[in-house]
Amino acid sequence: MNIHEYQAKELFKKYGVPTPRGKVAFSVEEAVKNAEELGGKIWVVKAQIHAGGRGLGGGVKLARSLDEVKSWSEKILGMTLVTHQTGSEGKLVQKIYIEEGADIKREYYLGMVLDRAKEMPVMMASTEGGMEIEEVAKNHPEKIVKVAIDPTIGFQGFHGRNLAFGLGLSGDEMKHFIKFASALYRVYIENDVDMIEINPLVKTGKGEFIALDGKVGFDDNALYRHPSIEAMRDLSEEHPTEIEAKASNLSYVKLDGNVGCMVNGAGLAMATMDIIKHEGGQPANFLDVGGGANPQTVAKGFEIILKDPNVKAIFVNIFGGIVRCDRVANGILEATKITQVNVPVIVRLDGTNAIEAAEMRTKNVGKHDRIRSHGRHIHKHPNSNGTKYTGQNRLRTYRFHVFQKLLKY
Amino acid sequence: MSILVNKDTKVIVQGFTGKEGTFHASQCLDYGTKIVGGVTPNKGGTEHLGQPVFNTVSEAVNITGATVSMIFVPPAFVADAVMEAADAGIKLAVIITEGAPVKDMGLAKAYATKKNMLTIGPNCPGIITAEECKIGIMPGFIFKKGRVGLISKSGTLTYEASNQVVKEGFGISTAVGIGGDPIIGLSYKQLLQMFQDDNETDAIVMIGEIGGDLEIQAASYIKENITKPVVAFIAGQTAPKGKRMGHAGAIISGSAGTASEKMEALEFAGVKVVVSPADIGKAVREILTK
Repeated sequence: MNIHEYQAKELFKKYGVPTPRGKVAFSVEEAVKNAEELGGKIWVVKAQIHAGGRGLGGGVKLARSLDEVKSWSEKILGMTLVTHQTGSEGKLVQKIYIEEGADIKREYYLGMVLDRAKEMPVMMASTEGGMEIEEVAKNHPEKIVKVAIDPTIGFQGFHGRNLAFGLGLSGDEMKHFIKFASALYRVYIENDVDMIEINPLVKTGKGEFIALDGKVGFDDNALYRHPSIEAMRDLSEEHPTEIEAKASNLSYVKLDGNVGCMVNGAGLAMATMDIIKHEGGQPANFLDVGGGANPQTVAKGFEIILKDPNVKAIFVNIFGGIVRCDRVANGILEATKITQVNVPVIVRLDGTNAIEAAEMRTKNVGKHDRIRSHGRHIHKHPNSNGTKYTGQNRLRTYRFHVFQKLLKY
Repeated sequence: MSILVNKDTKVIVQGFTGKEGTFHASQCLDYGTKIVGGVTPNKGGTEHLGQPVFNTVSEAVNITGATVSMIFVPPAFVADAVMEAADAGIKLAVIITEGAPVKDMGLAKAYATKKNMLTIGPNCPGIITAEECKIGIMPGFIFKKGRVGLISKSGTLTYEASNQVVKEGFGISTAVGIGGDPIIGLSYKQLLQMFQDDNETDAIVMIGEIGGDLEIQAASYIKENITKPVVAFIAGQTAPKGKRMGHAGAIISGSAGTASEKMEALEFAGVKVVVSPADIGKAVREILTK
């Protein structure tokens, strides 16, 4: 789960990570009022969306008067902001953050993420603040300093010194930096954070450090023990269909193609997308129905896939393990009674009780003539040419049918 | 030989009397796995599926001599269960539970390592030595005995791959589902070496996914240390950047963790990499009949 910059900064404050003063606004009037309350002569108007690259996309503007605060707020609120992280469709800006101007002497980068190889969090810092860190990593890896922090010992002075000296800091600046980094470590570890990025981290004229931006993502598996963080969830930032899928324990990700797919298991679901692409098609989604695959979940799966108007055919690929294929087949048949499925559905079932399942579907093709039997059995679709279908029940057999026949619909 | 587990391995089940634990433990018993007891706090002294129930792992180990634990406890209690197993002297914990917090697994694994306990998972189908011992949730009948070792991040792809290998007339020595979480127990490297050393394994199938760099590490390990033929498939060739594909670890961040990068590294290491998951069985036949 991700949160907005203003929420990240609220969290930072609780842990003593310094940030500029600022207030979130949902309307232009509120924005101007916030600027007045903050005082000063310079404000920054910042679009609040869950994506990086806001500045380049025109979502972050400097205002030198209350009038400018008003005019920038009018422009930014309600705009569809397109950045390299939003995709071409962009994101609607529904709230803005009004922040006091900062005294910037130098910009740095500071981030924290799990290092999977070391199996512990790593803190990364760079003198190349404000830049895309992936570009820095690619072109100037020597400009990134990293320390892995063993959670059993926590953040120690030496971690901070290694980072600070790596950034070329010394004296009081180093002390300020270490204090900042140590507080940030607490934010990470105490909240089951998945990723923190502060870009830029700013050194002020006084040699102190403040988080000018803040991106924080959390481990979804641990949200159950952080109700106050879960309360920060902004559903308007998530794809509505993905939220609906999650509520039914389905894992759905919308993609751009036209072949809908419903698969059990994340790995097989990705592999199914791959094979569709490999055969010249484009997957419309990733959908893992999990181990259950009962009529309700399958029906929900169909419903979710069909919300995407681009979907021209649905491919159901189930490898029955503990879940028996005949039960899944039954689920699919039942699901077509619950949800109207008006595109061709191609089913491939293999594994436990695949033969029984194929027979069952064959028996039912009259009643549900959109469901086609593609197991190791004879293809008996009423419109088919009656060709004996003698597939070896391998992936290869469905590839032929799905991609050479049905995409012509 | 096979690897890690065989017909003599004594297994206990943590979360034995719960719904999942009961269902899968009884399937394992049917398969022939030597489940010698289980642990459910406050149910010690009772019997379940014809086996004794203990309050603590330590008691279970002392009385039954079990060396392996299959863990089904809910995600919030996984770290506790893994650490309890390590503390009690279990040698291998197979963690089936899905949804454990990453921080918890990090601590649990660090402790397991300190206590010399190996772990498999979490969020995985488990391990099976064909026709001898099944510790996990995989459908046993798909794994016919043979001489191909299987290592996979994905559950259903493990079944798919085994099914293809069997249909080509070969079989499986041991199959291990390592799970796709950010922090996992045994990984490709260690398991590749075990299969390399196993005189009942002739070839290895390795199934990876996008995200992380375990497959890249495996590739360089294979180049240096593995002489047995390896077939690999990487799922997620079409997955977009920044979108998590079901598994907590299956996400491409930046330029790292892509399928093509992993496939190139494996090919460079001499691995037979298949582009389509439909070709896994065929590739195994090609390398074994060459």
